[in-house]
Amino acid sequence: MSAAGALLEVDRLTVHHGQLRALTEVSLAVRPGEVHGIIGANGAGKSTLLRTIAGLHKATSGRVVLDGADVTHAPPERRLEAGIALVPEGRRLFPSLTVEENLLVGRHRARSGPFDLAAVYSLFGWMAGRRRQRAAQLSGGEQQAVAIGRALVANPRVLLLDELSLGLAPIVVQRIYELLPKLLASGVTILLVEQDVSQAMRAASRIQCLLEGRTTLEGRPGELSREQVERAYFGSEVSGSGADAPAGGLTGPAAAVGAARAARGEPGEGGPPR
Amino acid sequence: MTWLNAIVQGILTGGFYALFAVGLSILFGVMGVINLAHGDLAVIAAYVALAMIPVTHLPAVLAFVVVVPMFAVGGYILQRTLLQASLDRDPFTTLLVTFGLSVVIENVLLEVFTSNTQSLNIGSLLFDTLNLTPQIPVSYFSLVMLAVAVGVLGALQLFLSRTGTGRMIRAVADDREAAQLVGANYRHIFGIAAAIALATVSIAGIAYGILSGFTPTAGTANLLFAFEAVVIGGIGSLWGTLVGGIVLGIAQEIGAQINPAYQVLAGHLVFLAVLALRPRGLFGLRAAT
Amino acid sequence: MTALAPPKVPDLAPAPAPEVRRSSYPSAWLAGGSLGAVVLLALMPEIISQGGLVVLLNFFILLTMATMWNLLAGYAGMVSIGQQAFVGLGGYSVVVLAVNGLNPLASIPLAAVIPALVALPISYLVFRLRGGYFAIATWVVADTAELVISSVTALGGGTGHPVPGLGSLSPRTFGDVTYWLSLGVAVLALAVTYGLLRSRLGLVLAAVRDDEVGARSAGARVMQARRIVFVVAALGCGAAGALLAVSQLQVQPGSIFSVQWAAEMIFVTMIGGMGTIEGPILGTVLFFVLQQNLASQGAWYLVILGSVAVVVAIWAPKGIWGFVSSRLKFQLFPVGYLLGGRGSTGRRR
Ligand SMILES: Nc1ncnc2c1ncn2[C@@H]1O[C@H](COP(=O)(O)OP(=O)(O)OP(=O)(O)O)[C@@H](O)[C@H]1O
Ligand SMILES: [Mg+2]
Repeated sequence: MSAAGALLEVDRLTVHHGQLRALTEVSLAVRPGEVHGIIGANGAGKSTLLRTIAGLHKATSGRVVLDGADVTHAPPERRLEAGIALVPEGRRLFPSLTVEENLLVGRHRARSGPFDLAAVYSLFGWMAGRRRQRAAQLSGGEQQAVAIGRALVANPRVLLLDELSLGLAPIVVQRIYELLPKLLASGVTILLVEQDVSQAMRAASRIQCLLEGRTTLEGRPGELSREQVERAYFGSEVSGSGADAPAGGLTGPAAAVGAARAARGEPGEGGPPR
Repeated sequence: MTWLNAIVQGILTGGFYALFAVGLSILFGVMGVINLAHGDLAVIAAYVALAMIPVTHLPAVLAFVVVVPMFAVGGYILQRTLLQASLDRDPFTTLLVTFGLSVVIENVLLEVFTSNTQSLNIGSLLFDTLNLTPQIPVSYFSLVMLAVAVGVLGALQLFLSRTGTGRMIRAVADDREAAQLVGANYRHIFGIAAAIALATVSIAGIAYGILSGFTPTAGTANLLFAFEAVVIGGIGSLWGTLVGGIVLGIAQEIGAQINPAYQVLAGHLVFLAVLALRPRGLFGLRAAT
Repeated sequence: MTALAPPKVPDLAPAPAPEVRRSSYPSAWLAGGSLGAVVLLALMPEIISQGGLVVLLNFFILLTMATMWNLLAGYAGMVSIGQQAFVGLGGYSVVVLAVNGLNPLASIPLAAVIPALVALPISYLVFRLRGGYFAIATWVVADTAELVISSVTALGGGTGHPVPGLGSLSPRTFGDVTYWLSLGVAVLALAVTYGLLRSRLGLVLAAVRDDEVGARSAGARVMQARRIVFVVAALGCGAAGALLAVSQLQVQPGSIFSVQWAAEMIFVTMIGGMGTIEGPILGTVLFFVLQQNLASQGAWYLVILGSVAVVVAIWAPKGIWGFVSSRLKFQLFPVGYLLGGRGSTGRRR
């Protein structure tokens, strides 16, 4: 892969959780102003990839490079200062802090840039009025918005988004994804992880598919066929075998997960365990 | 009237227990570990003050000015070295390490200062009393200590809610990993929490040294009282700790009224009763896990 | 479908049957070796002096306590700092039974059961707290027990009480019999621990130790396993306390309820190696070597012991035995379940 002009570059990254190898030589390059989408089934290693880029896991081997600077061994706070911010899977707000306090801690090591609390409040109209409420009292969609705001106020150059859609109603997901163009316009580059394949295909300018910790496919959404994506997502045997491929194609998270289940032979399909 | 006196004295003692307890509570809240050497650190503070007075010729009251900052720095260092090393293994190890520390401290103090009872002399300040009624004498020093306890709790509350560092301490307590994502160096934050814990416990330790005689092994009792105050008040609640301390103090004074030998026992029994009937304590936010 | 891996389950889930094994070597080896050692120890009164027997007796008392604490903390993950409650109650039970006419030596089993009976209701209280809070709560319980016993004037209050009914034996016989009793108690403690850990209960405990979250969902069974361990540990510590009372001919609340017992059993186990049967044995041996050499130095032996325990906890958490056995790839008493080849003695949290 040519890394010329890449803002964020990941080079043959291998990561272990204890004995388990979660990522095997995964590489990627995100150019400025791009939305790079990672898709993959449960346990494919998507979160591990983002968390390693953000500095929460140590890489076994490989490199993480931001704008030419190697940050592979930097602690998370240094990476934040360098311009990498992660919106973690499951939001992870500080439940006992208020909305405003959550945003304020996000300013702790903020770079200078367009986003401050006021900018976030204007991005999400409802937020200012409820800034004294505890984060624990918000709905899932509201929490997701605060989590994005908390990462934005640090003014990252690359924003890592891990499964924004998790547990949210489609209409809420849609509204959150409508933000992305605004973020891009303000100069933020985005690397996102999404299980909802069709959502990722719509939002991303490049798609990369992980399967069991390896890259199985990469390309522009428009140039990839449905069969190609399915094969990369579920493993090469699916479309050839008799396993029910998702009838309606890749239309939503439910379909994708359901298909993943079917492809893996769970629950209780009489396939051999190995 | 003696009962009323018991209650008044209990309230005064309670503030003092809260001062012991608040550091224990903070360390648990932020790091999820219990420092079993907490009481012994207080006793060290008393001995440091004792050893300092003949050298510096300062009045004992001024020991606070010297010892408290010393303990804050010491707390930060202790956290960043020994305690963090044990935390990097697991909280289980920290528990054992602090127990080891506790036994080591007590026995070193025994060897250095012998088991003789010592006390910090502040002269007449300790004995001057405000007589609410002739039967209820209130020592000015106890009153001041109660005010100090309330002041420390209030200052802590302000610090935690109004300052950036305070907010970050709460954020780390809520979710250490998410705090790293917003740029917290959690080890540094742990160090600050330990500095606060040791500063407060050194205030309590010196006050204890002034109010009553102390021996090298007094730390255990102090730890148990602090712990009881925290659990009675409710784990995780700053002001609950004060109420817990007061409940404990009153229980002990009433026990002592019945029979001086029952003072500590009465406190233990109230603690066990709270554990049986209201395991979250009076103002508990969460169970002790 | 052949290329598809099965869904990844956390490798800590109860392992599938074929992969569970214990380290294998001839168990006759173990049985023979242990039997030989016990027979040799039983013959000691013929070999060494009465003074030497007393040292060995105290060795077995501490070994019993350490083995019990190891069961609690090393296997069931419960750090108790209040086992001296049961030591003291065991000692005082001997006194109470002897005052009522029972032979103190014969009453030791009953005297051990009484603390175990007390431990059962106490477990319902202290099990409401976890981790560090559990630890201090057990300490409060021990302090409470001491205060209650010292306030009973019939038992001598704070000054204690002699153990009556021991005058009829010759010193020689008394020394031999108490020695054999202490040997028997220690052997029983080790055997019961070994048996418990090889039973279903051991499997439950192994699951808790390796995966707290997973085990919590198994709720009631885990709670029950912990309760059994807590009661058994009280039984063992009660027996140790009863032996202490008999061998010292008296009890005194300040010493038999002393937190020093907790300190010794904890340090010895940590240094020897928590979560192995061999660890406490090795640790107790080291303790007695150290104590014999530092006897004149007052409390310094506890300072040294505590410092070593701290260092071991942080930098060598498997203790000396863990170090030795990882070098030799050898275990005397294999109670751990080896899951998919992972080491069985590791404590994970
Ligand atoms: N902290 C951890 N400790 C041990 N194993 C882990 C840890 N985090 C993830 N894993 C394992 O690593 C593999 C990849 O997990 P990861 O969370 O990266 O997957 P994912 O693609 O994000 O899945 P999902 O879509 O369910 O979020 C999984 O097998 C998972 O069980
Ligand atoms: Mg994920």
